[in-house]
Formats: sequence, structure tokens, C-alpha cells
Amino acid sequence: MSEVTGPGATATSIAAAVSAGEVTARAVTEAALSRIVALNPRLNAFTDVLAERALATAAQVDARRAAGEASGPLAGVPFAVKNLFDIEGLPTRAGSLINRGRAPAARDGALVRRMEAAGAVFLGGLNMGEYAYDFTGENAHDGASRNPHDPSRMTGGSSGGSGGAVAAGMVPLALGSDTNGSIRVPSAFCGLFGLKPTYGRLSRAGSFPFVGSFDHLGPLGRSVADLALSYDAMQGADADDPAQAPRSPEPVSGAIEDGAGGLRIAVLGGHFARNGDPDCFAALAHVAAALGAEAPVELPEAARARAAAYVITAAEGAALHLDRLRERPGDFDPATRDRLIAGAAIPAAWVHRAQRFRRWYRERVLALFDNVDILLAPSTPCRAPAIGQATIVMDGATLPLRPNIGVFTQPISFIGLPVCAVPVWLDGGLPLGVQVIAAPWREDLALRVARALERAGAVGCRVAAG
Amino acid sequence: MPTDPSPALPDDATLLAFIDAATGLNGIPLDPAWRGEVLANLRAIGNSARLVLSFPLEDEAEPASVFTA
Repeated sequence: MSEVTGPGATATSIAAAVSAGEVTARAVTEAALSRIVALNPRLNAFTDVLAERALATAAQVDARRAAGEASGPLAGVPFAVKNLFDIEGLPTRAGSLINRGRAPAARDGALVRRMEAAGAVFLGGLNMGEYAYDFTGENAHDGASRNPHDPSRMTGGSSGGSGGAVAAGMVPLALGSDTNGSIRVPSAFCGLFGLKPTYGRLSRAGSFPFVGSFDHLGPLGRSVADLALSYDAMQGADADDPAQAPRSPEPVSGAIEDGAGGLRIAVLGGHFARNGDPDCFAALAHVAAALGAEAPVELPEAARARAAAYVITAAEGAALHLDRLRERPGDFDPATRDRLIAGAAIPAAWVHRAQRFRRWYRERVLALFDNVDILLAPSTPCRAPAIGQATIVMDGATLPLRPNIGVFTQPISFIGLPVCAVPVWLDGGLPLGVQVIAAPWREDLALRVARALERAGAVGCRVAAG
Repeated sequence: MPTDPSPALPDDATLLAFIDAATGLNGIPLDPAWRGEVLANLRAIGNSARLVLSFPLEDEAEPASVFTA
């Protein structure tokens, strides 16, 4: 097996080799499919494997190259998507039992189409927490996604299969969604890079929603260059997403090697310096030291921001699912259902107040970026918990695990800031994550800093032993 | 800075009565076995809401909707 057909191959190396004719897209695809067959029964990352379609796509990529046509920046790169993305011919299940009765999607989601247009080869749908209301990667219908670095542990969620598939080396890239942390949490627990772009940057058309106010889509991968490559391929206006901002594509792949020099980098204190175990703060300190970042900065009212995100999430999620709660409440994952029923009871005034606070908070956080370019914070308060674990100890208090995994991610996605989550391996144990946070529309800076850390060896990915 | 917290949440019996009324209003059939978890979730949401509601905002502070016509 050549390096580019192996489990550790990056998207960048595969695309270069396929474009140069050193390997065929078919060979890369067959190798990825073989790994899925071997690993998925143990890890439960994929829910739908589309081998026939993938091989047909790979044949088209190879035929285009043979005809002398451009192969595309992602030529022959295998990828998969959280199963809330529309996949032509399949009902968009979004981790649920109920949605399996939907009509098959008439076409792929917008980002799937853009990845394929860039030459990537689509392999299938990935496990996720039901309706994305989840930080664990557990699922009552499909079973839990299992962490490739320790299958008794959570992948994190809700993009759990996305984290598992990439960390196991099944695919070099996967797409996920992030409403309150669902790309950044599995990136941390599975030891991956993950990009949550600015709210409104990438089209969400053709994906099953959760909380329209906060929903984002983005990639998880094993190198910063791979994130940048896929992110660039997915940019572009799409009238089918009503929340997408009217911005032209701003490619970043050419800028990620520019280094962190000259950037003003600060460490978030206050809320982000509490509410976690010592390991997560050690990971943060490790990254801060590698960047020479010392200045502490405090996001004003970050705990209140998290609380407001919590209220809006419950209310919007319940409103989205109200008809299903009326008609088929017994078919939900109980953990999702009971939160949604509670969310359906929320007084409207609470939600409106939370949205008004959101504006206040956004204005003050944006003002911080007059004096700083990058903010650093832990991604999660702990390493990957055991599957089934229900509580977490934070600052001496025993709290419910599920909602508190997002304690550090929610105040950031609440106002749509772009984040590159970077993986930290402190010791021989499981990885942790650190959020590299930038001002709106400055994904380039977050990725530059992530790449500087990767190049310095301070952060990086490991393919789990098969 | 925050001022006085908003009123404390009611006791469990009152919240359960509210849940029964709200699910009835919403037309959601509520299995009695689910009431305990729904109550715990509503209390968690309510505690978050108290934190938000206790923060003073000017009357002119409108939501930052991203919707554009």
C-alpha cells in the first residue's frame, strides 16, 4: 500500500498524487472503502456507505485526468458527511428514527456538491447525535459513535461519526455541523483539526437544521492544509441559504504558511479559566506558550452568553420539532425528546431577551478585536468521557455531563465567531482541544495560527491504531 | 453589570403543573414517565433564563437578527 492510499494520507497529498497521475482515484477510494469495512463495525462512524457511487465518482475523476482535463483541488480525496446533509436518494435522517420516513433527497446538500465539483469522492453518511442536540456522539437508534483512540470513550458530538471516521483514518476529511460546539467538541475528543467558519460563511442549503440562529457547517481533518483546501472549495454564494452573508469567496490556502508573527494573541480568562479540569487548562497553557501568548482577556458576560445560547437553542429546537413532538414523541431519543418538550414550554419573552442580549454581547466582543487578533480558549472541559457517563465534576460540583461539555464552545458560536479547533496531546492519554478564535470573516488568521502551531509540532493529529 | 436576579423558579409541583399546561396547549402527549426529565430540563433552561433576564438592557436594544430582506 502506497502512502497516499494509507490511513494517514492527507487530502492535500492525495489530491497532489492523483493530479500528478501517481495514483488513481479508484485506488484511493478502494483503500478507503476497505478501511471502512474493517473498522466501522467496531467504531460505528458510518451509517451509510455508498461504495458504488464512490467508485463511479472515482472513475470519473480518473477519466477527466486521462483526458487532460483539470482534476480539481480535491482530486480523488475521499470524504463523508454527518447524516444531516442531504444525500441524493436517501432520506436525510439527521440521527433520528422519525426522519427515516422522509422522502429520499432529490439532490445532495450544497457543500457535498461543491466538494465533488472540486474532485472529491463522496463515500457516505456519518453517525450523529439525534437532530444535532448532543455533545456526546451517542445515539439511541444507531448506537454510539466510538472514539478510535479508545472505543470505550465518546467521540463527542453531535458530529460524532465525523470525528471517528477521520481519527480512524477511514477518510481524511469529513463535514459536520456546529450549532453550539458540534465540530469543535469531536475535534477535541478525537484529536483533530476542525473549522467552524463565521456564521453565514458556508451555505447550509440541503442540510437538516437545528437552531437557525446558530447553525454552521464546516470540515474536520487531520491537517490545517486539508481544512483550508476543503474550506476554499466550499466557499461561494448560495441563494438557497437565507442566512448566508453576501460575501465573495476569500480563499485561505495561500495564506496559511504566513505564520503567527505580528498577530496579537490573547488567552481568554474568567469563564474560560474556570469550569474545567486541570488537563484542559494545561492544554491551553501548552498552546499559549508555543505562541508566546500571555495577555489575558475576558469576554464580557461569557457565562450569561452561554445561558442565552442555551435558552435560544431549546426554544428554536422545540419550535422546529413541534409537529414531530405532537405526533411521534415516543420515537425520539429520550434524551432529545425531554429537552425539546421542555423547550416547547419556554415563554417567548425569555427567548426575545436572550436575542437582545446577544446583540449587546456581540458588540462588546467585537470591540475586543480592536486590540487583539486571536483569542485562545479550551475546546472542552475534559478529555473524552466514557460512553454512558452521565455526570461531570466541575469546580468541585457534580453536574450533568451532556449540557456542560459545551461550556467553552457555546459563548463563541453564540455570536458566530470563526474558530479553528486544534488537537493537543499532553501525554500518553487521550487528546484535548484548544479553540483558536478570530474576528468575524478572519478564518485566515485562525488557520494561520493553527498552521504555525502544527508546523512547530505543538499540535497535530494521530491516526488511531487499527 | 447584573442587578438583582430575576425571581427564583417555582417549586417542582408548580413547574410540573406548568409543564402539563404547556404540553396540553402545544398538543404534545406527555407520558407520565417523562415528566421528571422534562422537569429537570425546564429547570435547567429556567436557571439559564434567570441569568439572562437579570441583565439590564436598554429598551432600545433590539435583537441582532441576521435576517436580511
